[in-house]
Amino acid sequence: MIQHSKELDRYLADFERFEKNGLRGGPSWVHQVRRAAISGFAELGFPTTQHEEWKYTSVAPIVKAPFRPADDEPDGLTKESLSLHTLGQAACAQLVFVNGRYSPALSSIGSLPDGVKAGSLATALSADPAAVEPHLARHAGYHDHPFVALNTAFIQDGAFVSIPKGKVVERPIHLLFVSTHDRPASTGLSAGFDMAQDRRGKAIVSHPRNLILAGDNSQAMVIESYIGLNNALYFTNVVTEIVAGESAVVAHYKLQRESEEAFHISTVQASLNHSSNFSSHSIDLGGALVRNDVNAVLDGQGIECTLDGLYMVAGRQHVDNHTRIDHVKPHCSSRELYKGVLGGRSKGVFNGKIYVHKDAQKTDAKQTNKNLLLSEDAVINTKPQLEIYADDVKCTHGTTIGQLDQEAIFYLRSRGIDLEAARGLLTYAFASEMIGRIKVEPVRAQLEHLLLARLQKDS
Amino acid sequence: MLEIRNLHASVGGKEILRGIDLTVNAGEVHAVMGPNGSGKSTLAHVLAGRETYVVTAGEVVYEGKDLLAMSPEDRAREGIFLAFQYPVEIPGVSTTYFLKAGVNAIRKHRGLEELDAIEFLAMVKEKMKLVEMDQALINRPLNEGFSGGEKKRNEIFQMGVLDPKLAILDETDSGLDIDALKIVANGVNAFRSPARAMLVITHYQRLLNYIIPDFVHVIFDGRIVKSGGKALALELEEKGYDWLKPEADLAQHTIA
Repeated sequence: MIQHSKELDRYLADFERFEKNGLRGGPSWVHQVRRAAISGFAELGFPTTQHEEWKYTSVAPIVKAPFRPADDEPDGLTKESLSLHTLGQAACAQLVFVNGRYSPALSSIGSLPDGVKAGSLATALSADPAAVEPHLARHAGYHDHPFVALNTAFIQDGAFVSIPKGKVVERPIHLLFVSTHDRPASTGLSAGFDMAQDRRGKAIVSHPRNLILAGDNSQAMVIESYIGLNNALYFTNVVTEIVAGESAVVAHYKLQRESEEAFHISTVQASLNHSSNFSSHSIDLGGALVRNDVNAVLDGQGIECTLDGLYMVAGRQHVDNHTRIDHVKPHCSSRELYKGVLGGRSKGVFNGKIYVHKDAQKTDAKQTNKNLLLSEDAVINTKPQLEIYADDVKCTHGTTIGQLDQEAIFYLRSRGIDLEAARGLLTYAFASEMIGRIKVEPVRAQLEHLLLARLQKDS
Repeated sequence: MLEIRNLHASVGGKEILRGIDLTVNAGEVHAVMGPNGSGKSTLAHVLAGRETYVVTAGEVVYEGKDLLAMSPEDRAREGIFLAFQYPVEIPGVSTTYFLKAGVNAIRKHRGLEELDAIEFLAMVKEKMKLVEMDQALINRPLNEGFSGGEKKRNEIFQMGVLDPKLAILDETDSGLDIDALKIVANGVNAFRSPARAMLVITHYQRLLNYIIPDFVHVIFDGRIVKSGGKALALELEEKGYDWLKPEADLAQHTIA
């Protein structure tokens, strides 16, 4: 897959500029990691559909677009302007990132239990590198996933969350990632949004890097939200590494609502230890081209791992969810449920791999992917992949692809509900199971609101 | 209120209704009986607007309007209600949520103010008594995990809430034990009024012990082959449907 195209060279040149810039700083081991990652990326190149893991998702549009890292934080953003996207200050600790960089002015963390850290990775790298070094880039491999490699090469900022042993963080920690255009300096535009003007801004790429460390017997909920302002064209390439210590309980939510033109590629890499409980909820509503990888390595006994997902796309959106669960040790269970709603000419991909290593006896794994196609032109490619090398395990998988039930539509219409509302109600009914599984009230409320608004808009 | 003239309907190219004529006036309860496959349920679904049935001939005039030209939702808004033989289960949507959407669509159509949540719940509480529905049931996802009796009660409860002019009950008695049957029948009887009409479709005479019809019609092979008073139902119970067969053959013969 070696392809030294001019697109690849552009990223390599960006990297050289990035590394030369003294401001990017960080301890020397970070530079080594970045260097190793950029070589990994140069070697891997951008994936093509020849690559098995990228068979149904062409990243050509991302490769072609001349994305550049953001220079400065755009002005004009205020807490008020983001209030629609936050989850309520009282309810959550809010950390806001603009184009991948932490914004203290827009954040409001409030008080956290003693020893709990929630802040910028850049700050942690300079102030407390010893806390970061054992984990950063140690979990998400950059030798086989080109976009993880690219992200790792450009590690600079993102969230660093660390929960000490035995601490329970009751308030969810909300990481809000906002993407914008860089605008021409003399922007006299206030509230009025001028599309043509905005178009002259350059398309931005950001590589947010998050590290979430939950110590033994700790508990935390972390929410990542991704939004775009002004329907901009931009590219978010995020990697989140999560480490759950022994008996830790970690709930991770990712709510992707990027702009309609945005590209979003993400990897969540979770390393789970003995008796920990990890749940991942991955919600995709936005973006033009979206690829998520959620990988969990169950490297201890008695671990419970839940991977939930909901993707709801329309128009020409493309969303690809790849998951991989590695059962390394015995007596662990994993539950995976991904549901998709595809309308218009949208395309969805689900690839769920469960890998049961030979020592992982008594593994109990269940995977389900259900899809609702709302139009003739929507497409879903779904593939369960079970690789089992132990002989005493229980692994099941199931996939469904269906359309709205005509009988149910008629039932609703016979009660006075019009056709479009009936379709909306049934679509909501299909998706609502995933909403019900969300345990963080402000997230559930926000999602419910978004889905209802979406269905009303579609009708 | 309702006039059905020479109604023909088919599904998948197979003709099921082959010339139904029926007039229903306000205040009347009509029972439609017949053996399995005679077209009773098809008639109910055609009247409610189910699109899988294609009307090939005839007309249906409802309150002076061409019923067949209306969408299913418009028929409901104009006051037609179908109690389903097999009510649909919809996980993820509660009965209250769905019913409020229906009630308000109907009210809007009739030029009435939409009900807010409080007004709606007050109205619903009143109607729940009709069929002894309990609150827990209507807060659950629509019909999901309901017993057969609960589903049928839910249908009659919905009828009470939606307040139709013409209610069509499609084998509402099927699968009910005697207690459930009585509850459902009481609900239906409480709903009878001079302003409303009902079409009670049933296979068995049993339901008609509790809901006394003004007229009984027998459908055979897609046509009404005999009409009479409530005594006809008892006669059918005694003799079964076979004795009507020659008349059906005769009717067919006469037309051919």
